[in-house]
Amino acid sequence: MSTTPVMSHKPRGIKWDRVALYAVLLLLAFMFLMPIYVMLINSIKPLAEIRGGNLVSFPLEPTLEPWLQAWSLAQIGVEATGLKPYFANSFLMVIPAVLISTALGALNGYVLTQFKVKGGTLIFGLVLFSVFIPFQIVLIPMARLLGELGIAGSVKGLILVHTIYGIGFGTLFFRNFYAAFPQELVKSARMDGAGFFVLFWRLMLPASLPIVVVNIIWQFTNIWNDFLFGASFSDYTSYPLTVALNNLVSSSTGVKEYNVHFAGAFIAALPTLVVYIVSGKYFVRGLMAGSVKG
Amino acid sequence: MKNRWLPALVLSPSIIMVGICVYGFIAFTFYLSFTASTILPTMTLATESNYERLFSLRNFFLSVKNLGVFSVLYIVISMLLGMFLAILIDQRIRAESLFRSIFLYPMALSFIVTGTAWKWLLDPSIGFERTMRLMGFENFVFDWIKDGEMAIYTVVIAAVWQTSGFVMALFLAGLRGIDGEVLNAARVDGAKNWRIYWRVIIPQLGPSFISSFVILAHMAIKSYDLVIALTGGGPGRATWLPSVFMYQYTFTRNEMAVGAASAVVMLIGIAIVVIPYVRREMRLNKGVQP
Repeated sequence: MSTTPVMSHKPRGIKWDRVALYAVLLLLAFMFLMPIYVMLINSIKPLAEIRGGNLVSFPLEPTLEPWLQAWSLAQIGVEATGLKPYFANSFLMVIPAVLISTALGALNGYVLTQFKVKGGTLIFGLVLFSVFIPFQIVLIPMARLLGELGIAGSVKGLILVHTIYGIGFGTLFFRNFYAAFPQELVKSARMDGAGFFVLFWRLMLPASLPIVVVNIIWQFTNIWNDFLFGASFSDYTSYPLTVALNNLVSSSTGVKEYNVHFAGAFIAALPTLVVYIVSGKYFVRGLMAGSVKG
Repeated sequence: MKNRWLPALVLSPSIIMVGICVYGFIAFTFYLSFTASTILPTMTLATESNYERLFSLRNFFLSVKNLGVFSVLYIVISMLLGMFLAILIDQRIRAESLFRSIFLYPMALSFIVTGTAWKWLLDPSIGFERTMRLMGFENFVFDWIKDGEMAIYTVVIAAVWQTSGFVMALFLAGLRGIDGEVLNAARVDGAKNWRIYWRVIIPQLGPSFISSFVILAHMAIKSYDLVIALTGGGPGRATWLPSVFMYQYTFTRNEMAVGAASAVVMLIGIAIVVIPYVRREMRLNKGVQP
C-alpha cells in the first residue's frame, strides 16, 4: 500500500473539521474494540460479578479462575479436559496443512507462470474457482472418501481436507507473484544451465519470501478459524479448537458460565490475533491478493 | 528445459486433488441430488424430483428469505461503512496504522469467536440491554436475538463488525491508486473536499466496489459458522440460512438427497457471482502465459 494520501488539508483556521474527524474515528474505534474489551474484562470476573453487575465495568475481584477452567477443567468431550487438548489438535492440524499447501501453491505458481502448460489458463481458472465454492457441495463425498481412507474422525483427515482446499489460494498467491517476476533473471539463470528445480529453489523461492509469509499467514488464519470441516469430519478425540469452543459455549446443561466462555473464546482467538499483531502488513497483503487488480 | 514433462508432473498432484475433491465431488453431489439418498448416499435415482421437494419446503423458503435479508443488509452496510472508514483513514490522520489495525482486527478472528462474543453482548439478560438498564435507562430494550422476527438482524450486526475493516482495506487500496493529477485539477477548480469525493474520487473506485461485492456476496452465501455460534439458527428456525438447512437435512434429518440439492443451489448462487470475476482473471492470465 503506498502512502500518498488523496486529500491534503489546508493548515489554517480553527480546524473544527479535524476535531470532528477524530471524534468520529475514536467513536468507531471504540465500537470496534468493545467486543474484545468485554470478552477480556469479563473473562477475569467471578460469575457472580457478571450476573450482579454490568458487562463493561472493571472486575472488583479479578480472578484467573475462568481461564483455568476454560483451559484445563471444563467439560467438553467425554472427560473434563478443558480446551487444552483441542488447542493441541488445532496446531497438529494447522502446521502440516499450511506447510504442504504452501509448498504445492509455490510449485504450481512457478509452473503456471514460467512454463508452457497445455490448458494452463483453464487449469488456473478451475483452481481459482475452487477457492470460492461453498464447502457444503463437497461435504458428503468427502465424508465418504475419508471413511474409505480410514481417516474419518481424525486429525489426519482434517490435515488432508485443509491441504486440498488450501491449494487454490496458494496457487493464486504465488501465480500472481511469479507472473510479475523479472523475466531477464529467469532467462539468464536458464542460460547458465539452471534446471527446473535449481531455478525454483535457488532463484524463484528465495525471491518470493514475502509471498511465502503472506501465504502461510493466510492459510494459518483460515485453517485455524475453520469450523465447518472440523464440525463435519472430527470426533471428540480430534475436534479442532473452534468446534470445542462451540461445544463449550452451546452446551445447554447447567449454569451458563459466561466468564469461562469469554476466556475460552479469547484462548481460541489468541493465536490468530498474535499473528495479526506481529505481522499485520502481511495479513493485509493476504487479504488483498487477488482482490484489487488493474 | 530438457525435461518437458517435469512441469506437468509437478502440477499433477494438485490437478488430481482439485480435480477429484472439487470437481469430482461437485459432480457426485449433483448426482446425489437426483437420487433417493436418505441417511447414506445411494446411487438409486429417486422417482420424484428432490428439487421440487426442496422448493416446496417451508424451511428452505425461510432459509432463502433470510439469506436475502441478511446478504442485502450485510453487503450494503459493510460497503458503506468500509468506504466511510477508508475515507476517514485517508485524511492524513495521526496514528493511521493504529486505526487501520483496530478496524481490521476482527478479520483475524474465527466466526465462532465473534459469534460467542456477540451472543452474550446481545443477550438481554447480561448484555447491552441489562448494562444500559443498570446505567439508568430502565426502559431500554434490545432483545432482537431472542425475537424470531428480528434475530436475523443480529447476524448482520456481528457479520458487519467482522468484515467492514476488510472492505476498508480494499477501498483504501483503491483510494491510494487514484491519479493525483485529476485531483489537483479538481482542487484548482476550487471544488470542496466532499464534492471531490462525490464527483471525482468515488466514481473512480469501481474496481474496489466490484471486489468487495464479489467477496462479501460469496461470504454471505457461505455464512454458516457465525449463525451457529451466535444463534444456533434460532430462536426456533428464525435465523436458518441455506448453509444451515443443508447441514440439518443432510446430517440430522436423514434427507441427504434434499441436502445435496440445496448445496447445488448454493453453488449456483456463488457461481453467478464469482464466474465473471474468474473469467476476467483468466483473460488477464493469457497475457502472462510464457
